[in-house]
Amino acid sequence: MKFRRLWAIVVKELRQLRRDRISAAMIIGIPVIQLTLFGYAINTNVRGLHAGIADQANTAGSRALIMDMLATDVVEPVAKVETPQQLMDMIRRGKISVGIAIPPDFERRRFEGREAVQVLVDGSDTAVQNAVIQLAQAPVNSGAPDLRAPATSTPPTGQVSVVSFYNPERRSAVNIVPGLIGVILTMTMVLFTGIAIVRERERGNMELLIATPLTSAELMIGKVLPYIAIGFIQTSVVLALGIFLFKVPILGSLFDVYLAAGMLILANLSLGLLISTRAQSQFQAMQMSFFVFLPSILLSGFMFPFAGMPKVVQYIAEVLPLTHFLRLIRGVMLRGGSLWELGPDVAALLAFTFVMMTLAILRFRKRLD
Amino acid sequence: MNAPAAGGEGHGRAGATDGVAIRAHGLTKKFGDLVAVDHVDLEVPSKRVYGFLGPNGSGKSTTIRMLCGLLTPSEGEIEVLGLRIPEQAEELRRHIGYMTQKFSLFEDLTVRENLEFLAAIQGVEKSRTKGRIDELVDQFHFKDRQKQLAGTLSGGQKQRLALACAVIHEPELLFLDEPTSAVDPESRRDFWEKLFDLADIGTTLLVSTHLMDEAERCHNLAILDFGKIVANGTPDELTGKLEGCTLLVEAPDPRRVQRTLVAVPGVLGVAQVGTALRVLIAATDASADHAAATRQRIDDALAKAGQKAEVALTPPNLEDVFVAATRSDRTRGDGDKSVERAA
Repeated sequence: MKFRRLWAIVVKELRQLRRDRISAAMIIGIPVIQLTLFGYAINTNVRGLHAGIADQANTAGSRALIMDMLATDVVEPVAKVETPQQLMDMIRRGKISVGIAIPPDFERRRFEGREAVQVLVDGSDTAVQNAVIQLAQAPVNSGAPDLRAPATSTPPTGQVSVVSFYNPERRSAVNIVPGLIGVILTMTMVLFTGIAIVRERERGNMELLIATPLTSAELMIGKVLPYIAIGFIQTSVVLALGIFLFKVPILGSLFDVYLAAGMLILANLSLGLLISTRAQSQFQAMQMSFFVFLPSILLSGFMFPFAGMPKVVQYIAEVLPLTHFLRLIRGVMLRGGSLWELGPDVAALLAFTFVMMTLAILRFRKRLD
Repeated sequence: MNAPAAGGEGHGRAGATDGVAIRAHGLTKKFGDLVAVDHVDLEVPSKRVYGFLGPNGSGKSTTIRMLCGLLTPSEGEIEVLGLRIPEQAEELRRHIGYMTQKFSLFEDLTVRENLEFLAAIQGVEKSRTKGRIDELVDQFHFKDRQKQLAGTLSGGQKQRLALACAVIHEPELLFLDEPTSAVDPESRRDFWEKLFDLADIGTTLLVSTHLMDEAERCHNLAILDFGKIVANGTPDELTGKLEGCTLLVEAPDPRRVQRTLVAVPGVLGVAQVGTALRVLIAATDASADHAAATRQRIDDALAKAGQKAEVALTPPNLEDVFVAATRSDRTRGDGDKSVERAA
């Protein structure tokens, strides 16, 4: 391993990247655009569902109840109709997601303690369904007489109060932003290095390089180093935007955040290199990258809770670097933990990097056959 | 023969003993069922320009790649600069330059950046790097183009840059795989000047080509066909062996005469050159009788077809050598492998 050759590769990569305007722009562009977009857009706390209201009772009590429901902001009234049948029709046609039907005998039902209001839900979206269940519970908690949505089998949970630690306002951005660091790093890092070596092979540069004294390790490490720096730049962009736009807290130490990011960067880069030694064309490298990328997003716990997945899928998820990073970054940023307390995930990331890097260097042959 | 490799980087002589730079015996490469290179024996003298002449797909590139350790031979032994290949390929890489068939420098780096990169990779001493690059820039006429991106250079300029990069560490042995196949004759002549300059300062050059005018310039030549060496020697030796086998036929209607002559037994090839026809006749034993008999048959055939033509002996050229070497062991049906003629 000669430092001069290693450095020559690093300089070459940076010069090439500088001339590739679009790729260079994407280094900053991807985190900025994705963070602003997803930070605002991904919201598991549903607001503003279009609702239709059929108040057949039209009493002071029924109007007060509707006002209570609207006050939650979960629904936004878009239509007032006469009958529940009209509500069902509108749901089917996609005009509304929620229908609130109050029967003519509302007051008597309420007095007798029977179901007094029916909330019709478009169940084709589970997120909407969950939101409306909360909605139906709101009046119960506020002390109104027995009332619930008969469309669900969930029993009323009137007396159970949920206290959310660490994110009391239940803002999705707080949960999303640390995860997005991981998602963005996974996407760009795997792809960048996945293409790095294949590109040289496609353009014919590789035949020249392997006929020189350059070693596999010099080439691999020289190609990875610039992207480590790029990974940290992206991490900083996401963190800065997360703090300024979404007021995401960093309860643990900033150093630990960067350390965790650094470990994810290394893990992804080494995976990318392995892909690069395997793929025959840039197109194949992209496909392989996405083969890893999609499960990372869906199974790591970024989008869906890890605990809800079947055991087998959990095992698969344990192999993905993003899964471990999410535990680390949420632990450090949102719970104020330190990396020491999250040892197993640190170990998992390091082990992943070691295995991938070794395989990549072993697989890369200075031969054409 | 097993001279230990010189330890130093860069210019240390690896040991081209007894004036032979490359020696290969029974060199064979199979890709599945395809035999790309078939038991090639080779001896390349040092400080000379050695040419591989052959049509596309004759195994030139594959042979070169095996000789510089990029491909593992299926069979056979190779010794380059006293090193056993592929075992000592890493050691060899410090002493060779390799110019690939396809332009393999970085198109998104400038001329100077490419040279800088190769200098670092090839281990040119740091203190010498700047001077060496300036020297090459000067020598290869890149003074005004140092900051131009390599991708925007013309074909001839690209080849010059590739050669400059390939010799930046002053290798003892230079492999060039069809270096000028995409270059105009003017640039090609210029390029060959550079190659002879290199040979003069003691570099051994192995050049593959499918161009006759390039082959004619080589000190020594091996003609490859279907992975086999079908002839070798100096260009003069090769054409000398063919003395008395090439006829120049002048006729008012060369196209029709050509059709007549192709059918004559013993005629290996008929090529039209302007208004005349070059006719190559077989002389497997180099016997004058054999050639004379064929010539008689040609005269008979022309008389029978009632075609007027003047037939005269002419000195053979390398193309005739090539056609004779590649046709004689092939049926005439698939012998239509065209050899591009230089300008």
